[in-house]
Amino acid sequence: MNNPFRTTRRNTGELIAEWSIRAVASLSIIVIFLIFVFVFREASTLFLGDSDEATPQSAQVSQQDSAPPTASTSEPEVYNPEAEEPEVYNPVAEAPSSGEEGAPGEFIYIATNPAYPHIYNPSTGLIPPDIDAASTEEDVVLGDTLSFTENFFSSTWQPVGEVPKFGIVPLLIGTAKTTLIAILIGAPLGILAALFVAFFAKPWIREIVKPGIELLAGFPSVVIGFFCLVSVASWVQDITGVPYRLNAIVGGIGLSLAVIPIVFSIAEDALSAVPKTLREASLALGSTEWQTAYRVMLPAAAPGVFAAVLLGIGRAFGETMIAIMATGNAPLSTFSPFEPARTVAATIGSEMGEVVWGSEHYGVLFLLGVLLFVFSFGLNAITELYVKTRFIKRFQGK
Amino acid sequence: MAKDLQPKIEAHDFNFFYGQKQALFDINLTIPERRVTAFIGPSGCGKSTFLRSINRMNDLIEGTVINGQMVVDGTNVYDKEVDVVTLRRRIGMVFQKSIPFPKSIYENITYGLTLNESRTKAELDEIVEFSLRRSALWDEVKDRLNHSALGMSGGQQQRLCIARAIAINPEILLMDEPCSALDPISTAKVEELIDELKDTYTIVLVTHNMQQAGRVSDFTGFFLMGSLIEFDRTRTIFTSPSKKETEDYITGRFG
Ligand SMILES: Nc1ncnc2c1ncn2[C@@H]1O[C@H](COP(=O)(O)OP(=O)(O)O)[C@@H](O)[C@H]1O
Ligand SMILES: [Mg+2]
Repeated sequence: MNNPFRTTRRNTGELIAEWSIRAVASLSIIVIFLIFVFVFREASTLFLGDSDEATPQSAQVSQQDSAPPTASTSEPEVYNPEAEEPEVYNPVAEAPSSGEEGAPGEFIYIATNPAYPHIYNPSTGLIPPDIDAASTEEDVVLGDTLSFTENFFSSTWQPVGEVPKFGIVPLLIGTAKTTLIAILIGAPLGILAALFVAFFAKPWIREIVKPGIELLAGFPSVVIGFFCLVSVASWVQDITGVPYRLNAIVGGIGLSLAVIPIVFSIAEDALSAVPKTLREASLALGSTEWQTAYRVMLPAAAPGVFAAVLLGIGRAFGETMIAIMATGNAPLSTFSPFEPARTVAATIGSEMGEVVWGSEHYGVLFLLGVLLFVFSFGLNAITELYVKTRFIKRFQGK
Repeated sequence: MAKDLQPKIEAHDFNFFYGQKQALFDINLTIPERRVTAFIGPSGCGKSTFLRSINRMNDLIEGTVINGQMVVDGTNVYDKEVDVVTLRRRIGMVFQKSIPFPKSIYENITYGLTLNESRTKAELDEIVEFSLRRSALWDEVKDRLNHSALGMSGGQQQRLCIARAIAINPEILLMDEPCSALDPISTAKVEELIDELKDTYTIVLVTHNMQQAGRVSDFTGFFLMGSLIEFDRTRTIFTSPSKKETEDYITGRFG
């Protein structure tokens, strides 16, 4: 047979790409929907009256078997306003202490304070390595002799205590860490899902998936936080074996669940707004669907997709509830993703409730709020002014 | 068909449906190689549908059904073994509205070339120059190859689309009303171009402009309500059509 069109000269790499985009996109869509299922599964024990898992709380405890069952791990959900320092979540507290301290409450407070590294038992190895010589030096001169700016840019956040410390560095690091993880996970998944829905999915699949994911954008974040606290944290610990159940990775995964619907819906809009004629022109030149998607449609929609990512970043660092529940919420100055983190938004969220009105602490929290506002305003301004005008230019010539 | 003419595209009892709606009825015709064939007829009579059936662009529309055969170089393009991507690489297409990619002029031309094979910069440069010269655009754009194609005039954009199609070295060029959005000067340039290209390519042209069909084509087919009423040498169609409907249309009595 000398059929001149018989040769299928599509290379395997491309076929793999074409199939993996389908696989990954479907997977991310399935994962998003599975959150529903898991949340309901956790809650269902209440109704089904499972003998050994009578309440959600006991279910959690049984999942935490691998982690030392201390008050600190369950602190975010068993929140006790009577406690002396409720907002200082301290994973280090579980370390055997050398016995210098008085009441356990005080111990928690002091142990978090890198100003007293000598109280740690060095054999536990739980002192974050980044609490380095510099911060120790600085702490020799205790808080009251520090000027406000010095205090503000120090690496210790301890707003309640004899010498309050308002170093925002750990909060910034925590925010950057979790936001970065969230966007590294959320942006690719959101964009792939958008590509899938815009160009690969059959119309009836699109009709189900698109509104479905967009509904998730309005999903209560406390539920996502709860889901991460209960399930994702255990999975991450099972896989990586990290000492802290709640850490920046878990928090980042949680935030990515909030980021995906945002990135998806904006990127999908941008991709669908690319004229269909471009797709036809590309296919008529003998390109495959995948080549058309990534070489023509994605670049044409790039400003919109970029905007989607920017807004996703905004969502990630502005998110409060997931950050409080899933990150461990400890203000550590470490870049390690496997250690707890605390974000700016989570700090405001967890401390604003009991701050003394008009105090310095109160002022600092508001300053943090302003910081958040400026940052997200900046992101939105970039999106509006720069990205959208470029997008319009692209299709109207000069 | 005269002796020096080789058949390039043949339709045998070709029917086309958009869902329930039949758009083409039992089309039979033979399009010769390296000639310009024009399709005329009132709007909505199925000219574009026929053209898009040749390179299977209609596959992109949900719910279309065909029966009969569309044969290119002796192979029915709707056969199961035919790879539609390969088919389209041998059949260039120019649309009614010019559709440059939002990329540079250079990248627009090289787009089709770099899809499946890697080529050196020198090879690409050579093909870009060749294609732009063939589409009579080289002198106008040679100094701004790296500028966005969207900054070109409408006529230049349409010739860029022709250059882009030529660059992948197709055998057939399908043109769906390529001049309908162009001013008379740009139209004249594109017509000139068609005249030059017909030595190399088999050109199938849809036009709503009868004068254009008369000026540039060697063969003309007249469509009416999804049927091919008459197909013959352009001279014959315009001077002594054998069907009354053709004559009515040519003389401007309807449509
Ligand atoms: N995508 C489509 N879906 C349904 N019907 C269509 C579609 N495109 C064209 N048609 C119909 O098919 C007929 C032929 O259209 P077309 O081939 O575009 O005509 P022409 O190019 O001659 O103006 C028209 O009646 C038109 O309404
Ligand atoms: Mg038409």
